Amino acid sequence: MKERLLFSGVGGQGVLTGANILAKTFLTEGKKVLMSEVHGMAQRGGSVICTVCVGDVYSPLIADGGADVIVSMEPVEALRYIKKLKRDGVIITDINPVIPPNVSIGESKYPDPEEVFKELSSRGKLIKIDALDIAKKSGNAITKNVVMLGALAGMDLLPIGKEKILESVKNNIPEKYVEMNERAFNMGLKAVKV
Amino acid sequence: MDVLSTQKKALLLGNEAVVRGAVEAGIDVATTYPGTPSSEIADTFSKIAQYYKNKGLEPGFYFQYSTNEKVALEFAAAAAVSGLRALTCMKHVGLNVASDTFMTYMYVGCKAGHVIITADDPSCHSSQNEQDNRYYAKFGNAPLLEPSDPLEAKDMVMEAFKISEELSLPILFRMTTRTSHIRGPVSLGRINLKKKKGKFEKNPLMVTVPEVARKLHPILLEKMEMAEKISENSRFNYVEDFGGNAGIVSSGPSHNYVREAVEELGVKCKILKLGMTNPLPRKMCIDFLKACGRVLVVEELEPFLEEQLKAIAHEEEIDVKIYGKGYGGLSRIYEYDVDIVERVIRKFFGLKEKESASSSIPIPPRPPVLCPGCPHRATYYAVKQVAPEGTIYPTDIGCYTLGKAPPLEVADFLLCMGSNVGTACGFSYATNQKVISFMGDSTFFHAGLPGIVNAVHHNHDCIITVLDNRTTAMTGHQPNPGTEYDGMGNEAVMLKVEDVVRGLGVKHVEVVNPNNLEKTKETFRRALEYKGTSVVVSKAPCILLIPQERRAGSFEIDQNKCTKCEVCIKKFGCPAFYYDGDKIKIDETLCSACGVCTQVCEPHAIRRKK
Repeated sequence: MKERLLFSGVGGQGVLTGANILAKTFLTEGKKVLMSEVHGMAQRGGSVICTVCVGDVYSPLIADGGADVIVSMEPVEALRYIKKLKRDGVIITDINPVIPPNVSIGESKYPDPEEVFKELSSRGKLIKIDALDIAKKSGNAITKNVVMLGALAGMDLLPIGKEKILESVKNNIPEKYVEMNERAFNMGLKAVKV
Repeated sequence: MDVLSTQKKALLLGNEAVVRGAVEAGIDVATTYPGTPSSEIADTFSKIAQYYKNKGLEPGFYFQYSTNEKVALEFAAAAAVSGLRALTCMKHVGLNVASDTFMTYMYVGCKAGHVIITADDPSCHSSQNEQDNRYYAKFGNAPLLEPSDPLEAKDMVMEAFKISEELSLPILFRMTTRTSHIRGPVSLGRINLKKKKGKFEKNPLMVTVPEVARKLHPILLEKMEMAEKISENSRFNYVEDFGGNAGIVSSGPSHNYVREAVEELGVKCKILKLGMTNPLPRKMCIDFLKACGRVLVVEELEPFLEEQLKAIAHEEEIDVKIYGKGYGGLSRIYEYDVDIVERVIRKFFGLKEKESASSSIPIPPRPPVLCPGCPHRATYYAVKQVAPEGTIYPTDIGCYTLGKAPPLEVADFLLCMGSNVGTACGFSYATNQKVISFMGDSTFFHAGLPGIVNAVHHNHDCIITVLDNRTTAMTGHQPNPGTEYDGMGNEAVMLKVEDVVRGLGVKHVEVVNPNNLEKTKETFRRALEYKGTSVVVSKAPCILLIPQERRAGSFEIDQNKCTKCEVCIKKFGCPAFYYDGDKIKIDETLCSACGVCTQVCEPHAIRRKK
């Protein structure tokens, strides 16, 4: 069994925290898991990528065409790493663009989100959710990463149960925020249920 | 804390695994100057110390964020020669700073084990160069260990203390970004922390005057001969045989990619995995080369192993073809990944290339930027308002290098820690342009002082700005000599930048809060008028140090008042501003409510959101 997940987004969106919670769930379930993280300069509004590889794996980095799932906190950040996705892979992305400053000052262009979604759909199974809106409804925009984890759990793609992932969310978040994050997780989970 | 887990296994970051190894090995003294990708090693020691202290327990070790890497190495060296186990960690360029100490420390040697960790940064994720520090092991005659993953990192640190003690020689331990910042399962043993005091026994051979140094050098070379024997028998050097007579040699994170590709492609080969890479296990290498018809060497950056293996093959007259740098896309630049390594292994075994495709839609780059609410932005904006055309802005190592990007563009020259001042002096002599240089508070203490002394002594006409945000921000908010607490969480003597520079003889010194733009502009105007060396201390805490609650809320734009002059976007450059259609808006998830933008908006269109 091998499962490779790629998490992407913008520095400050909780990409690492979300991926870390998931990786810990795998370890608690007795599975080998490797993870790679981006630290340092990229924390400050830069593009952030983090990978979680489970099972009989040696490298925490994912080869082109090797990711089963891309979970992205921002549409263009899903597209940036699309060559990593397997042919029949799944993309779960939040729909809210975060406009880079070089776009605001006119140095580059942010593509039309509809075109981004069209391109993503041509590469795999695309699940779009308004995670920001859900996060705000759960109590705070900061829970967006947990909404995305809930959505991922709701897709039934992983070799671990959703209740285990929720358990890991609860165990790895400061106590006073547990309730809000549980709400965020469940709302994310419902958002992808057909 | 995962790193103190009492379970059999924990999911640890490579850097945390290093600390766990040290904690199980009974570390006594750990020192550092923080630098990515090594920072979490030190931060984890700091957290452990404070965790125990908060529980009313004695941490059982001492940890220090030293002023710079040289001081860090010297402090720990004194502990190690007094019989205390020591660890010093730094980023690769940190070892340049500590190299003067390092080179002669090898001659003197240690008593208890001393592990010197260098965290290299292939691809310069957060560095000014990507030097391969394995050459320091050869240069200084230090045994060298290179782990591939967190589990190996932990085991190797424990072994490193033993080797260091066996040889009475400090040992170099090379992490890279992809060993420091990967997380994996680590098997745990018993935590072994107990506060001890050492004893320094005097020995004339520890005073490296020429006569002594001449005696010590041959002793060092003898120690390295002993080290080779250790390398021959090290469990971190081993061969994996998957059949055939093709060979692959690798070390560090490259090995992970080799293993992954070999399994994915199902090719037959023997793999020599090297964990102790200085000195190389010569006999083991000879046997491996003899058993292979051709060998591929996969290592990041320089051909460190490749050239040594080629020399061995030549000296031993072994009929083997060795491939490395320049073959199949193996480069001396940037870090490797699974794709690069899989491509070369496909070529080595005559397999077809794999196809892959990026998106055809152009994607805007998203480089790191100064945070919304960062006080550096306010300083830069004010400086740009008053500095004459052609002003040169030498900069330094820290978040503030991000001021290089448009629209601020206040970074013109950068070499290394502290280089802003030395180069500012040079520019002021070499040109008729005005010079305003920048460095952070931590950089000021680390390497800024000698440059300022030079400026004052020669009366160079330049403005030296210390962006004093009360922390070492970029590497993760470590304390520095300007903060009132230290790495153990103890109260510390807080040095004020302005007092220090006055003490160094600077006559024109001003302190200003950059979040007040008018006052900041006036301050720089006065400094520009002053003939000679002046220092501006631009003092406001890093926005991330301000509690979340006080950063809550957001500003918004009154669209009726906004004239679209674009000063907020095109001059001030706060990332929270963006165009939504033809309206300028503020992204409330990014805004940190500092309110400095209200001072740049002439039509007063920016107001606090209710």
